[in-house]
Amino acid sequence: MDGNRNNSSSIRQMIKDNKSKRSRSALTEKTMPKLFLACAIISILTTVGIVFTLLAETFTFFERVSIVEFVTNKHWFPFTGEEHADYGIIALVAGTLTVTAIAMAVAIPVGLAAAIYLSEYASAKTRKIIKPILEVLAGVPTIVYGFFALTFVTPLLKEFIPTLKIFNALSPGIVVGIMIIPMIASLSEDAMNAVPNSMREGALALGATKFEVAIKVVLPAALSGVIASFVLGISRAIGETMIVTIAGGSRPTSDINVTESIQTMTAYIVQVSQGDAGFGTTIYYSIYAVGMTLFLFTLIMNLLAQFISRRFREEY
Amino acid sequence: MALIKKETVRKRMGRRIAANSTAKGIFIAATMFALVVLAVLLYRIGSEGMEYLSLEFITNFASRMPERAGIWAALIGTLWVMAVTAPVSFILGVGTAIYLEEYAKKNAFTRFIQINISNLAGVPSIVFGLLGLTIFVRLLELQRSVLAGGLTMALLILPVIVVASQEALRTVPRDLREASYGMGATKWQTIRRIVFPAALPGILTGTILALSRAIGETAPLLVVGALAYVAFVPENLFSQFTVLPIQLYNWTSRPQEDFHMLAASGIIVLLIILLIMNSIAVYIRNKFHKRF
Repeated sequence: MDGNRNNSSSIRQMIKDNKSKRSRSALTEKTMPKLFLACAIISILTTVGIVFTLLAETFTFFERVSIVEFVTNKHWFPFTGEEHADYGIIALVAGTLTVTAIAMAVAIPVGLAAAIYLSEYASAKTRKIIKPILEVLAGVPTIVYGFFALTFVTPLLKEFIPTLKIFNALSPGIVVGIMIIPMIASLSEDAMNAVPNSMREGALALGATKFEVAIKVVLPAALSGVIASFVLGISRAIGETMIVTIAGGSRPTSDINVTESIQTMTAYIVQVSQGDAGFGTTIYYSIYAVGMTLFLFTLIMNLLAQFISRRFREEY
Repeated sequence: MALIKKETVRKRMGRRIAANSTAKGIFIAATMFALVVLAVLLYRIGSEGMEYLSLEFITNFASRMPERAGIWAALIGTLWVMAVTAPVSFILGVGTAIYLEEYAKKNAFTRFIQINISNLAGVPSIVFGLLGLTIFVRLLELQRSVLAGGLTMALLILPVIVVASQEALRTVPRDLREASYGMGATKWQTIRRIVFPAALPGILTGTILALSRAIGETAPLLVVGALAYVAFVPENLFSQFTVLPIQLYNWTSRPQEDFHMLAASGIIVLLIILLIMNSIAVYIRNKFHKRF
């Protein structure tokens, strides 16, 4: 009898415990998704923060410098005193686009060729060796590439082009290109790998050589992914900072000569951050206007890449 | 009469085969170019950096005299910044990934978050610097502190961690979840006890790779206002600081050859740190990764 009562009371206790546990667990069950949603919202807030800060400070800048001057003036001389300062973004955009063009002239042919080799010619064993090495190349910090551009590539180029200045557009352009090679190679290779083997086999059965298969069958089929990788590469080159800051110099100009010093948008932002332009000066606000321009350039490129890979994708 | 002229066919075949082998040569050369560049880069840094690389180089503070200069402040500064970046970006990144993969309904809002994250990944790092300068340094008045730098870096690598964690969560098969539900587990219990542990190796690999990217980043911290010349180590989260890449930038941008050699020595240290982190990531991936 006693044992029974004990049992039933302990069972009652268990039920009570269980209930309180359940209600606690029901509470966690409800709060956890909210916590995770809060985390997800931080990422949206980051975007909002970027757009908002850039816009707000850029507007302050445009209260002092007219937007017409910003877009049409060909000179960028902010450090000549408030009176004589020139704020013409064209000079910085010209520097950025020069470096980007040189970089893409290096990265597109080499990256695409490496992608074709890896996806069409290389054996699985070779691929297994080369791909990690390309990943290492992609993981090297940009400061290291900058050092390499200044202390190795520039002196090397000077052997061939004696008029080359210590700071120039050519050397950082080439090194930015080298930095982007792994990105283009791996993204393009992914796109080519997605082309089904039956298409290759069909072409080979008709007597095509591997080269013809690569150029006339695989490349056209993977074109959207390949072009998207180029566009992402351009976006990356436009936003690249340390290489151009170290090896490109700080002379904003719109008459481009690749052997002479230039300045990119990113390098200007670094130059101002390094100096002592106080909070509230026009120079301080100018980095936001430059940052806004930079952000728009890369955003358009990224959206373009997404559009290309969605719109022109061939489904198999 | 033969319909096919054997002469012409043979000639054309010869040309096509020649084109194929030339092209193959060019493709191999292009691939080799990338590898050779890497080899040259490592060789140059190795040969320049050995001169000043010593134990004192690691334990000394920066100095105007190259033979007494070291990276201690930068090394400790990097550790401090990572001590902020790692937990913040891990918690926010994994939280976002769990929300998107496990809880979110497939609607416009979820798609918006997803697109937003992939676009954030494409924003240049220096723009994150401007964000950090405005929000953390000025608005929240954290000044040019370790905390401001670390939070900026956390936002920078957040998209990378989210995407890697999402991929890891997606590889956990339905069967495991359903078995757990079948045993009476709730959704959160399933996520905490089943899904998360199964996805953890993938998540950790992605996080370590993202952190190693943050360690090499220079531009955002330059904008946020890490110092270039520091002869002290940070004492707390609100101290001023420098990090390894900024110290290297400072040395590289000086004209004297000796400082370039110092920079090369520092680069060796930086690359060794990154190599160790990447090896850990690869080890975790190979050792704990299960194929379901």
